[in-house]
Amino acid sequence: MHGGSKDMRPKPETILQWLHEVPDPEIPVISVVDLGIVRDVQWLDDTLEIAVTPTYSGCPATRIIALDIETALRDKGVADLRVRTQLSPPWTTDWLTDSAREKLQAYGIAPPHPAGGPKSCPRCGSDQLTRMSQFGSTPCKAQWRCDACLEPFDYFKCI
Amino acid sequence: MDAKFEFLCRMGDSTLILGHRISEWCGKAPVLEEDIALPNIALDLIGQTQMWLAYAAEVEGAGHTADDLAMRRDVWDFRNLLLVERPNGDFAQTMTRQFLFDAWHLPMLQALTTSSDKRIAEIAAKAVKEATYHYEKSSEMVVALGDGTEESHARMQSALDLLWPFAGEAFVSDTVDHEMAATSVAPTPETLWDDYEASVKDILSRATLTLPKARFAHKGGKSGTMHSEHLGHLLTQMQWLQRAYPDARW
Repeated sequence: MHGGSKDMRPKPETILQWLHEVPDPEIPVISVVDLGIVRDVQWLDDTLEIAVTPTYSGCPATRIIALDIETALRDKGVADLRVRTQLSPPWTTDWLTDSAREKLQAYGIAPPHPAGGPKSCPRCGSDQLTRMSQFGSTPCKAQWRCDACLEPFDYFKCI
Repeated sequence: MDAKFEFLCRMGDSTLILGHRISEWCGKAPVLEEDIALPNIALDLIGQTQMWLAYAAEVEGAGHTADDLAMRRDVWDFRNLLLVERPNGDFAQTMTRQFLFDAWHLPMLQALTTSSDKRIAEIAAKAVKEATYHYEKSSEMVVALGDGTEESHARMQSALDLLWPFAGEAFVSDTVDHEMAATSVAPTPETLWDDYEASVKDILSRATLTLPKARFAHKGGKSGTMHSEHLGHLLTQMQWLQRAYPDARW
């Protein structure tokens, strides 16, 4: 569709903006760009190549994400594209954007914190917290409980 | 025999078989948190398997995929450690098996991050982050159950007595290991032993458990020469669909 004239190809910055509208399938309040898994966007002649890195090696959402990215870009008129899996450097929660951290908190998931546990309860803000399990409803989360409001909550664990 | 292919199968088959084993707990673990944790760890291990076996298939160059290697080989072609094919037994045995594996797996992956083979180094760098959580979890659980009730302590000690003879296989090198070490692809297995023994002893002393004195180690898993009867039973479950409906797609 965009073949022939190179001027017709949308700029990588534009593509990234479009990808900002593709939600993470398991945590839909953040986008795949917020999550930091889109590592590269480039044109190889007339083929658009998107490099995506998995969060966890066995995360079942990875395939869905690749499909969602492809669908979103086709809807924008990019016909010739390829999603490439890039392993290195491995994904880290440091790549979550600041706005992603705020969105997670507002959604009820405590964002990753360098100390290795959540900073405060995403519901009541208390720092009296107990870890229930280092593993949660998805590979990227742990289960914690607030000792003040007694609510259990998810924590996006550091990796 | 290509040594790198063999080595990659050893890594990938061990994570595959252990991943399958612990997924057997899904839906019937003793408490909800464990029922969630074990399949999560299984998922990590199966994900790592896909990376190892995909590379193994490329190195083999016979047109196979990771799925072909996982689902179309029989017992004698598997190269997993004997430890991981041990049945789940009770929860004490499952946790002890996991701990004895993680305590080897984590430093092994750390060493592989500096492999001369770039692809292996990349896979290890990805997997080591996950293995760190696995080791943290299984070592905490060994301490909690070992230093727990009279019942849990007794079960943990008998699990350790049962499984310890299967821990040594990972540290005995053969021609494949020699070739991998000579080309700086992987560490010589024996060089990981001292740290392994020290970290296991440290956790076990906190768990008030006693390490069996005997150093005897069962062998034959990673070479494929002597798997136990348990692996065949596991494969009948894991591979039944591809065996009943070869090339099935959906």
